[in-house]
Amino acid sequence: MADVSIIGAGVAGLCAAYALSKAGLTPRLIDRKGAPGPHGCSWWAGGMLAPFCEGAVAEPAIVAHGQAAAAFWAEVTQVAHRGSLVVALQRDQGELERFARRTSGHRMTDDLATLEPDLTQHRSALFFETEAHLDPRRALADLVHVLAERGIEIEQAETTPEDIVGPVIDARGMASALPDLRGVRGEMVVLRASDITLSRPVRLLHPRHPLYIVPRPGGVFMLGATQLESSDRRGISARAVLELLSAAYALDPRFAEAELLETGADLRPAFPDNVPRVTVRGRVLHLNGLFRHGYLMAPALAAQAVAYLTKGIKGDLLHET
Amino acid sequence: MRDFYGVTLETPLMLGTAQYPSPAVLEAAFCQSGASVATVSLRREGGQGQGFWKIIKGLDVHVLPNTAGCHSAREAITTARMARELFETNWIKLEVIGHADTLQPDPFGLLEATEALVADGFEVFPYTTEDQVLAGRLLEAGAKVLMPWGAPIGSGLGLNNRYGLKTLRAAFPDVPMVIDAGLGLPSHAADALEMGFDAVLLNTAVAQAGDPAAMARAFALAVQAGVLANTADPMAPRDMATPSTPVIGKAWL
Repeated sequence: MADVSIIGAGVAGLCAAYALSKAGLTPRLIDRKGAPGPHGCSWWAGGMLAPFCEGAVAEPAIVAHGQAAAAFWAEVTQVAHRGSLVVALQRDQGELERFARRTSGHRMTDDLATLEPDLTQHRSALFFETEAHLDPRRALADLVHVLAERGIEIEQAETTPEDIVGPVIDARGMASALPDLRGVRGEMVVLRASDITLSRPVRLLHPRHPLYIVPRPGGVFMLGATQLESSDRRGISARAVLELLSAAYALDPRFAEAELLETGADLRPAFPDNVPRVTVRGRVLHLNGLFRHGYLMAPALAAQAVAYLTKGIKGDLLHET
Repeated sequence: MRDFYGVTLETPLMLGTAQYPSPAVLEAAFCQSGASVATVSLRREGGQGQGFWKIIKGLDVHVLPNTAGCHSAREAITTARMARELFETNWIKLEVIGHADTLQPDPFGLLEATEALVADGFEVFPYTTEDQVLAGRLLEAGAKVLMPWGAPIGSGLGLNNRYGLKTLRAAFPDVPMVIDAGLGLPSHAADALEMGFDAVLLNTAVAQAGDPAAMARAFALAVQAGVLANTADPMAPRDMATPSTPVIGKAWL
């Protein structure tokens, strides 16, 4: 007999299952499509664990909680503790100074060639040494594997909290249709450029087309990501491809020769402040609104849900209705 | 204040809704700005953006849809029609971009689209340069409001051509005019209103500030100062220094 039923096996549901299991509870995990895949927005993430960079625009809660994410993920999957870099083109150096003013946990380096020998076009950069990154699809698979070892399998079934008796964690993202939850469209491109080597994520600040590039194993790079206030679920737009590829080309012209492997577009569920919430509605806890911080914030969200269920502790991400 | 197609605004401030860190920050900025009008872009944020649209409606200000990102008259006309349907208003801020890098208006496409949209019952707010001849043609085409630029969109440079803007203001003293684009600081907004423009429209200066709500408040105070200064009949600049305290009668020590 399960203590808690979790609906939704995306990054939020999986992290909740793992946290509950570690707390000594027996969760049941249900998803309408079964194991994680292209149907869920967790599939399309960048995998940057960059709380300090995010602090340039995100609320302080993201910076504070996000710092614990890398340690959480390192328990279940491979995490690259290589830091992250922020660069700007020559004419946008002002953007770099502004980014530095608005973030912490970085140092300006004028010796980029030592850190990333391939970024020859740029001399100076902001280096966020304590940040990390992971491969999201591998992280999901590894977490599913770890859960299986703990006796938790994903049941494939279409269900809602009303169908289930006892405590429920609703981690269905957009499907849960919470009030104030909106979709923010994101689009990304995956490339293979075997002649380019980057060992850490690089953000290019640009007044019109900001870009981040996350290296994956095997010379593969994820380019992300647009951010549109739209619930349009169609495939990536030609404009987004143009913008992402142009920005990558500006970062390193060799990206022009890369092999285009994949494009993707999906919706990030978000609340008005773009901070995720544990929303308590009677016996149902909604873990939602992870926005662009799925891998960064799901561990904290899961921890607060478990603390509430086991000890009645109300954390700062908890909202009662 | 002059009216904009029959609507008298409570404050001479129009604020864009793009590029904020979050809708919550956008809402706080609007609150602090006292803005009377919110501009919304249909091309990238309309259509399927019901969640965002609900937030804009909740601001309880006039909505001015725009045709941002349109590069031809035809594209702008289509976008304007979609905007009218979605936002249920005849108001349209007409942008026809002529150059991808500077984002400066295409005067020919702008005139063509203004004529077509006025004929179709729209109340057009054309985003234009300070060019007086073009302004006259836009008015002839049926526009009753003009939106001359301060500087290129998003540049934050302020009023790039004060002489041109002053001449434009003087040439059409009765036409409501909004300085749109290029404002980076509250002092730029105050400058525009001191010169006799009727309102200002800005977005990036507030949305991309480190503290958007505080910057919004600063703009609210600046436009207030600008209007007051303009109605107070400012002094004319002089070449010669004039002592403000008369010397005659001063005690000899």
